[in-house]
Amino acid sequence: MTVSNELNLPKPWIEGRFEENVITTTVEQAINWARQSSIWPMTFGLACCAIEMMAAGASRYDMDRFGAGAFRATPRQADLMIVAGTVTYKMASRVRRLYNLMPDPKFVIAMGACTVGGGPYFKWGYHVVKGVDLVVPVDVYVPGCPPRPEALLEGLMRIQDKIRGHKIHVQKGTNIKIPDELPLPHHSGYVDAPADQDPLLDHQKITG
Amino acid sequence: MAQDLLSRLKGKFGDSITGANTENMDPWIEVAPEAIVEVSKYLSTEPDLKFDMLNCISGVDYLHTDEKKAKKVDWEPHTQVVYHLSSISNKHTLVLKVILPRWKDGKEGQLPEVPSVAGVWRTADWHEREVYDLNGIFFTGHPNLRRILCPEDWVGHPLRKDYEQPLEYHGIRGR
Repeated sequence: MTVSNELNLPKPWIEGRFEENVITTTVEQAINWARQSSIWPMTFGLACCAIEMMAAGASRYDMDRFGAGAFRATPRQADLMIVAGTVTYKMASRVRRLYNLMPDPKFVIAMGACTVGGGPYFKWGYHVVKGVDLVVPVDVYVPGCPPRPEALLEGLMRIQDKIRGHKIHVQKGTNIKIPDELPLPHHSGYVDAPADQDPLLDHQKITG
Repeated sequence: MAQDLLSRLKGKFGDSITGANTENMDPWIEVAPEAIVEVSKYLSTEPDLKFDMLNCISGVDYLHTDEKKAKKVDWEPHTQVVYHLSSISNKHTLVLKVILPRWKDGKEGQLPEVPSVAGVWRTADWHEREVYDLNGIFFTGHPNLRRILCPEDWVGHPLRKDYEQPLEYHGIRGR
């Protein structure tokens, strides 16, 4: 078993101790690896974001690479709810019920501007819930209108990070559970300004 | 065509035809609320008219909540129900309008009433439910007048100009 080492995460002490054909690992590590590699999402498309979710599941973007391509038609078999699309007040109670029907551990991705915070319906939409986090707890927000499939895959990888940080053991001699390790941001979004370059000011000038 | 039809309807229904505009690109005829069912039946059954299709029913709310804007317009606050009719076989169209007060008897909260035309055109069933749901117009004699888009226990009619979004709905923040 290999664990992605691109992020330079600290390996558990027992990982990779011996020669190549001997595999040693912790139960926690093995369970987390199994969980993160078989996130079954629920078929849950509410609006236009669902088209992009389908594209992410199809061959070009291939969500199956992450073991998350098995879209289940029932919440009983799903680990991940990708809320893809506008959630109306009429739908909110159904979203809540479907979330409650899912077995633990369960995760929610809020996909698209509408589910993140109401989106274009924020001010005048009388029918739209202003963010699905008012209805169910959300783990990862994927902004965009709709988000590109790559963005959804990024969100999925952040869910995997979260699963990887899950701890199952307790502190030695006590009953206190060791808290889950929240993943550090993969990238901060901060960009160094190019210092030796003049700022581009007239890029919105109408030329035609 | 519209002028002929108007005089024909006026001859048959008299005072029930309360107004018209035949110069428009879309000529319309205004009908009193009580007479809408008879007029509809006549228009849909008469062989040379045969308006056999109801394209849509619209509810229009004429109200400016801004006082400055309200002073500039020449109408009093009211609501309209607009029926767009077509004849597939005779290839012509017509618009009917019914003008109603915003509230019945001027009492706030009492929905204005107009007879349902669901018995003339089956399409009217869901269209009238939508107008009832969003514009708050009560269609008397409708077979199943329930909300169609909003949840059943929703309060108010969202497309009215003076509608105010509720603060919460079943524990979910509204505004």
